[in-house]
Amino acid sequence: MSEQAPRLRLAGISKHFGPVQANNDISLEVAAGEIHCLLGENGAGKSTLMNILYGLVRPDAGGIFLDGRSVAIHSPHQAIELGIGMVHQHFMLVPTLTVAENVILATRPLLSLRRLRESVMWDRRAIERQVGDVVQRYGLKIDPRARVASLSVGEQQRVEIVKALYRGVNLLILDEPTAVLTPQETTDLFKTLRSFAASGLSIILITHKLHEVMAISDRVTVLRDGRVVGRRATRETDMHELAGLMVGRDVHLTVEKTRARPGAPALVIDRLTVVGDDDRRLLDNLSLQVAAGEILGVAGVDGNGQRELALAITGVLRPTSGDIVANEQSLIGRTPRQIADAGVRHIPEDRQQMGLILEFPVADNFVLKTFDRAPYTVRGLLQPSAITAYAQTLIERFDVRTPSPALPVANLSGGNQQKVVLGRELDSQPRVLVAAQPTRGLDVGATEYVHKALLAQRDAGGAILLISTELEEVLALSDRIVVLYEGRIVGEVSGDRANAQQIGLMMAGVQIAAQAAEHGAGVHQ
Amino acid sequence: MEWMIGLQALLQATVRMAAPLTFTAVGETYGERAGVINIGLEGLMLIGAVAAYAVAFASGSIWLGVLAAGLAAMVFGMLFGVVTITLGANQIVAGAALNLVGLGLSSFIYRAFFGTVTGRAIQPLESVKIPLLSQIPVLGPVLFEQNMLVYLALLLAPAAALVLNRTMLGLAIRSVGEHPKATATAGLSVIGLRYGAVAFGALLAGVGGAYLSVAYANQFVENMVAGRGFIALAIVVFGRWSPMGALWASLLFGFTFALQLRLQAANVQIAYQFLQILPYVATIVAMILLRGQSAQPKALGAPYTERA
Repeated sequence: MSEQAPRLRLAGISKHFGPVQANNDISLEVAAGEIHCLLGENGAGKSTLMNILYGLVRPDAGGIFLDGRSVAIHSPHQAIELGIGMVHQHFMLVPTLTVAENVILATRPLLSLRRLRESVMWDRRAIERQVGDVVQRYGLKIDPRARVASLSVGEQQRVEIVKALYRGVNLLILDEPTAVLTPQETTDLFKTLRSFAASGLSIILITHKLHEVMAISDRVTVLRDGRVVGRRATRETDMHELAGLMVGRDVHLTVEKTRARPGAPALVIDRLTVVGDDDRRLLDNLSLQVAAGEILGVAGVDGNGQRELALAITGVLRPTSGDIVANEQSLIGRTPRQIADAGVRHIPEDRQQMGLILEFPVADNFVLKTFDRAPYTVRGLLQPSAITAYAQTLIERFDVRTPSPALPVANLSGGNQQKVVLGRELDSQPRVLVAAQPTRGLDVGATEYVHKALLAQRDAGGAILLISTELEEVLALSDRIVVLYEGRIVGEVSGDRANAQQIGLMMAGVQIAAQAAEHGAGVHQ
Repeated sequence: MEWMIGLQALLQATVRMAAPLTFTAVGETYGERAGVINIGLEGLMLIGAVAAYAVAFASGSIWLGVLAAGLAAMVFGMLFGVVTITLGANQIVAGAALNLVGLGLSSFIYRAFFGTVTGRAIQPLESVKIPLLSQIPVLGPVLFEQNMLVYLALLLAPAAALVLNRTMLGLAIRSVGEHPKATATAGLSVIGLRYGAVAFGALLAGVGGAYLSVAYANQFVENMVAGRGFIALAIVVFGRWSPMGALWASLLFGFTFALQLRLQAANVQIAYQFLQILPYVATIVAMILLRGQSAQPKALGAPYTERA
């Protein structure tokens, strides 16, 4: 009887946080050996639903059934005992511990006199061998003795998977697992997941990327505003239909842009080096140029120096050596304020931490970089009426949806918050714009808006350095693309000749240029 | 051979002065590895000192006094836990408050119960010679002719290191101070682990304080801990958050205490006030030398709230 019951059935799950209905009567079924995608934009309720399943959040209503049996899950501990494993988007690994230690954490009694042999780890090698066995059985290639801090992001993700497998899961949840991977690592991950599914493991994959749904899943459930808006067998749907379901209207999946007309170099970076606290070279002799009227895309996996590059240009971080020149003035040794005044503006990667003061009203956030000047300050006193009037014009021009300029910016949606940042940075017509992860966490509509604003800025003659870990975004917007790997530029391609495969290899640190040159020489012979 | 005897006395005093620091610092090492910094050690030691003295005086048993000291300090440690772990208050502020409570309460209790008593000294904890081992020249008397609490302190550090590094419990404690959320998602209770570590740390701080009153001075004196609680905090850093490191660092600081006593006794032509500041100057110098250390647990001092 229970043979026919699905591995997992969620029935009518609802959950609200304050006035927000995060999950509204959600039902879902996953069979044994099935790969099921949970598709939806940020804020659609995917993570809440999975946190309920993993015992991190309690639902207001609804039931959870595993193999036909009703279960109540109050803690991750219970979820693990029921055979549910979760690979979080931000890895839940302790960097200072080894792979083996991370895997066995909490799998045995902490300190029990009756089961002393299990509580005490006399022989580290025995434990490493045990973990190594699991690694080998599933063909995952991880050294159990390695310290997690020394592993690449892709390897860390495999440790998370090993952690779940070691605990004997039969339902594995992965939350946006490809966000931090190169295209090749993604391919490997999907191969692994398919082999798990073939051996009977059920997998739920949370994503907002349509092509991943098409590439890996058997079935897909689409969430929007906390509700299920569609269930499809993957074979019977396509990206266009899914996009429509996810967003709730017809969308264009491509960005329309005209050819760039690059002018003189507006931003010149010469042998820039940034050495971190631990003597690692976060940026290593990096040189690049951005011309007026062009978008230079910087591709790369997160954590390869993107942050440092943006912060060094905008004066937040002091480089160890090298020069940065914008509009023929060196920016080295200048304060962030002086650099902004010199026409170099910044869309920071984390708008909530660096881009905005969340508790401040929308209006004050618009004048964060100019508040102490006329007309916003006269004779040392702030002029609220001038600030509000200015904010009103920007709210209209940049289509910020807010009932009032006096509302704290924290109350706006992510997309509208980003429009406030865009308005502040673009209104002065900066000659150089450093845009770091400009659409991170935004929905499709807001993303479209930001892309159009960046292209308009380019066409008005601005130089734009677009730093993004979303390869599709870099490909769609850039006129030229450089690839950042371990603080160095490992390759450059022109925007219209770029392909994801080639850039993906470079993101993993493979030197394509040299290979291509050899290949070319071979052809000539 | 006179210098040999002098050296032996100096080292013997070093170990004796190191013991209370070892208790307190090893306990605090556990708390900090679990992610909770308790700067109220000074206050806990004072509570331990007065509790041990009062109970030992009334019962005539030093060991009952030590037990009472540990329990009393643990009660206050749990209060600190409620404020910082459950309610998520700032650990530094709560710890500072604990110091004030400890200082005020220990003085109050002492004056209330012993203000009029004469002959307040108690029977000292006597030293126990370990057969054979204490015959070794110099090292014998230094290590094997001490009181039982000193032996306990010397054994505590390796035992604490063993539990921390080689058991599932130790692994859990090390995890919760580095990445509490990872620990929670692995199925452990962050709150439970932190309470346990804080209670253990408070218990040992109480014993460290008890040592001062019942095994060293044989009486209680107001504010007798004299900054040792703060020195223990420095020792945790100096010992790189490891129990054995804490033991070595305690011996080093114990040496500065012993040295200033010997120099005073030897009638060196330096004002004794300058000699007395030696351990404290050593603490400051050590902290300057250790700036920018990265062995510190990542989540140290950050309250943990369960939120998805």
